[in-house]
Amino acid sequence: MIDLLTIFVLAVFVGFEVVSKVSTILHTPLMSGANAIHGVILVGAILITGNAESALELVLGLLAVFLATVNVVGGFVVTDRMLEMFKGHKR
Amino acid sequence: MTVQLVYLVAALCFILALKGLSTPRYARAGNLIGAFGMAIAVVTAYVHGAVHNGLLILVAMALGVVVGIPAARSVKMTAIPQMVALFNGVGGAAAALVALAEFLAVPTSSVLFRVATVLTVLIGSVSFSGSVVTFLKLQELMTSRPVVLPAGQVVSVGVAVVSVVLAVAVSVFPSGFLLVLLALAGLALGVLFVLPVGGADVPIAISLLNAFTGLAVAASGYVLANTLLIVAGTLVGASGTILTRLMAQAMGRPLTNILFGAFTAPALVAVAGEQRTVRSGTVEDVAILLGYAHSVVVVPGYGLAVAQAQHAARELVHLLETRGVSVSYGIHPVAGRMPGHMNVLLAEADVPYEQLKELDDINPGITSVDVALVVGANDVVNPGARDEPSSPIYGMPIFDVDRARAVVFMKRSMRPGFAGVDNTLLYNDKTTLLFGDAKDSLTKLLAALKQL
Repeated sequence: MIDLLTIFVLAVFVGFEVVSKVSTILHTPLMSGANAIHGVILVGAILITGNAESALELVLGLLAVFLATVNVVGGFVVTDRMLEMFKGHKR
Repeated sequence: MTVQLVYLVAALCFILALKGLSTPRYARAGNLIGAFGMAIAVVTAYVHGAVHNGLLILVAMALGVVVGIPAARSVKMTAIPQMVALFNGVGGAAAALVALAEFLAVPTSSVLFRVATVLTVLIGSVSFSGSVVTFLKLQELMTSRPVVLPAGQVVSVGVAVVSVVLAVAVSVFPSGFLLVLLALAGLALGVLFVLPVGGADVPIAISLLNAFTGLAVAASGYVLANTLLIVAGTLVGASGTILTRLMAQAMGRPLTNILFGAFTAPALVAVAGEQRTVRSGTVEDVAILLGYAHSVVVVPGYGLAVAQAQHAARELVHLLETRGVSVSYGIHPVAGRMPGHMNVLLAEADVPYEQLKELDDINPGITSVDVALVVGANDVVNPGARDEPSSPIYGMPIFDVDRARAVVFMKRSMRPGFAGVDNTLLYNDKTTLLFGDAKDSLTKLLAALKQL
């Protein structure tokens, strides 16, 4: 348990640190990119569904897999589309 | 062992992704690194974790891809904020479902596990319903004004108290029924949380809900004892919180004011019947004004984006430059519907990055600007934000275009801006109004300029 807590605390600091200085231009893509990353819940959804024993668990798990996949692919694709617009204007 | 190693690599990818996304140069690469990390993590989870139901999982993922990719590919750049809100909402819902399913499987484990479950379900539900309401607001399927229910504050506090009681109850006595009730309370709380947030502030609520989803995912990592979920969720939660604060700063207001302002703001008294005169001009008048100016600042807003007038604006600016007029774009940090949104929209129209100027570049020299051309913007040039402490947007930094020599305001109607606040600049003597769709007006203006 303490291991997990350690990881949590360290991750908080890394999270604060990486985005502490970011220009307003990138706020929207950054939000969208972070949004895609929390789609990692897909990993949890797969693990749950893969070990589901009752029909109810299976249904909930599959729904979670579906929603998390939308989150992941949609998030990364939409972020990439936004960033694509910026290319070619920089030296 | 190998699984843990892959998760470690994936977590590093996510950190690099966020780092990359914070610098213009590496942003796109950052996003791709994040996607790569996600791909290896998902494949590993599938290969090692999908002991049963492998085929069904693949089908569910395929369906998600079929829904997600076309939605992300076809969404108009103007509708990006609500799309992000939706993707965020489904992520929150997925986290809540995962915790719910795990709880049904092993309801009798430790208290710590149950606390993590409760947090995941509660935060996930809030994030889901809150995101749906933000979507409805931005898509204008419901009013974008703050909605204050009768006794809204009492109801919100009541639901919050019920949620906490349920959360404690489930942590002590494992009960699936109570957990479902908690999820419902969370859904209600999410709606109540976003309803009073005014239109212009909705993106900040999205950013905060994004951080919430991150925390829900982190909590689900405790439920499943999965380090990757903890690290990735926490990263998003922490960076999302910082980002929310940065956005609030860009709007010049404290976060609490944005989220709860509707409850405390004095009711606006409608100035009914008061006749104030505005001056509306013809396209030719404006063409002459612009064509013989030395320096022009274009302040684009959401109206420009809605009318898809970015290209027309760029042509106009180009034509003015060939006439020797010095032109720059004044990009307010919250122009559009989200911080940085306008930069994306203009970049899409191939406007050179160097022409985009920020508040601090424009305002000091504003008195020597001949014409400020406001295209579909409103709140970001409203002098009330600077001069009237009673204004709901008081304190937000604005372009001081009222100090330019002349102002041309392109507007569809006299309707107030997204924040629902009247703009005194419209009644200023220096101001010429040009009514009509932004693209239409710009095209006509372009034709008139060529005649000069």
